Amino acid sequence: MKKLRIRNIDQGAIMKLNKILKNTLLLVAACIALSACATSKKSTGQMQGDVYTGKDTVEYLASGVPDRVFFATNESVLTTASRETLRKQAAWLRKNSDVTVVLEGHADERGTREYNLALGERRANAAKDYLMTYGISSDRISVLSYGKERPVDSGSNPLAWSKNRRSVTVKAN
Amino acid sequence: MKKFFYLILIFVIPIKAFALIEVDITRGNLNPLPIAVSPLSIDDNSKKNFEKILKKKNIGSEISSVVENNLKISGLFNPLNKDAFLQAPEIANLKPRFEDWNLIKAQALITGKVNYVDEKLRVEFRLWDVLAGKEMMALAFTTVPNNWRRVGHIITDKVYERLTGEKGYFDTRIIYVAEEGPKTKRIKKLAIMDQDGANNKFLTLGNELVLTPRFNPTSQMVTYLSYFRNLPRVYLLDIETGMQEVVGDFPGMTFAPRFSPDGKKIIMSFAKDGNSDIYTMDLENRIVEKITNHPSIDTSPSYSPDGKYICFNSDRSGYQQIYVMKSDGSNVKRISFGKGLYGTPVWSPRGDLIAFTKLHKGKFYIGVMRTDGSGERLLTENYYQEAPSWSPNGRVLIFYRETKTNDKGEGFSAKLWSIDLTGYNERLVKTPVDASDPSWSSLLSN
Repeated sequence: MKKLRIRNIDQGAIMKLNKILKNTLLLVAACIALSACATSKKSTGQMQGDVYTGKDTVEYLASGVPDRVFFATNESVLTTASRETLRKQAAWLRKNSDVTVVLEGHADERGTREYNLALGERRANAAKDYLMTYGISSDRISVLSYGKERPVDSGSNPLAWSKNRRSVTVKAN
Repeated sequence: MKKFFYLILIFVIPIKAFALIEVDITRGNLNPLPIAVSPLSIDDNSKKNFEKILKKKNIGSEISSVVENNLKISGLFNPLNKDAFLQAPEIANLKPRFEDWNLIKAQALITGKVNYVDEKLRVEFRLWDVLAGKEMMALAFTTVPNNWRRVGHIITDKVYERLTGEKGYFDTRIIYVAEEGPKTKRIKKLAIMDQDGANNKFLTLGNELVLTPRFNPTSQMVTYLSYFRNLPRVYLLDIETGMQEVVGDFPGMTFAPRFSPDGKKIIMSFAKDGNSDIYTMDLENRIVEKITNHPSIDTSPSYSPDGKYICFNSDRSGYQQIYVMKSDGSNVKRISFGKGLYGTPVWSPRGDLIAFTKLHKGKFYIGVMRTDGSGERLLTENYYQEAPSWSPNGRVLIFYRETKTNDKGEGFSAKLWSIDLTGYNERLVKTPVDASDPSWSSLLSN
């Protein structure tokens, strides 16, 4: 069952546009920074918008089945890439019908603790809903939100935050 | 603990029309009142007895130091250097020579003495107006010797109240989350300490993640979030006995708990299927009530001191904002309309303001607004800070602040800070290890 989310469309669209513009600028700035000091290149990660698309922190449930999906700031909407990852997870779960999983939802550090706990729960449930539409029974999936309590990257920069906004599928048995 | 205190008014305080000193706490105080805290005088016999019991050489000076430090922390007073004092404590206590104290520019003076009486600690103190040459207050306490720091706090509360006209906040404690370890694997424990950082105690071992502890109105109980057995749930803890229990039987995460002002209910969020709503549970009959019913995130609820209203955080408009509703969940109104996102609303114990965290253009602010959302005032700006908690008199906010890490992701720290409602007097609150999620108790003695 999908949940209806009510949004103020105009405000949302404007803020999103602002965000895209800002992120483009950030990317440009990042490119300049990187080319300026090519010696300190230490991350292979990248972002689309502000959604992480790299592989740095990703682990695998099975060969070709990534364990996590990433989100935009304050969002719980699944991207095209996230849906593809979750379809792979669903296929793997169908093949391994005795496996149960915990979906661990996380937020970045740029939000208040309590709101982030709720946001992590919402993100994990977005992933859960999608797995369920691909035939995985809800009793095989539990959800656990960590809010901003368990970042994978301790950096204080947009790339680190993008890695931390995630839902990770963890084998529970 | 309250029962160990006997408070005696030595003299009836005459309230007369001549102008005694007053401290205005409604403005940022850039000219703190010069005050002399003469060490409490102590006779040799008492000194020996207390040294045996408390391992303190001179308990009189120790108590005075507690008072002095409190006065300094308040930002409203400037305790003068003892080296400049001309009158010895035992003589000042009998009859201050006001010219001497005037000479070192003291406007107020605290004197007193300590006695060992029937295995108890008896403290007597007086507050003097140096310029007028008048006694403003005289009080005596008897308590068990171990309570000596609290005597210092109570003296400060009385002095503060006499000079500002408002209740103090010194005989109080802070419950918070002590943090250690790398940012990606933080170990968190509940910890409690006196308002001035003394008597720190850890209440949990750090085996499971704990967050957001909050006192009940009598400061005997704490409600908090624990990840015990990886099930994030709201718990109740009795500080004296150490007894813990889960609050309610919810099929999912409960979080963001607080007590109602009468202490009878816990209000919190319950998250299910990607939706967080606000619930209350009555601690006597265990009846659970759903207060909000909306597909958005509703969290961080906090009651008004009369219990009639609740402020909370919701993203029903698309982004995090602050709302106020009646305590039955009706009449929901958005009150935050400034630029940016708003979170963690907390109703002031005086009832007139709501403190909050604001996120705008990559900066975090602690601010206050009236309960209708008007008169927004930002008190402090930083890279990251949140979760204000009010002093019981509604004059000071305590919150936590996190630092930005460097390029290698190192240098993370979390600390407690306090700031006056005026936006002045921002101070680091010292803790033995890193700290977050502070909650201020009520006044322990009243």
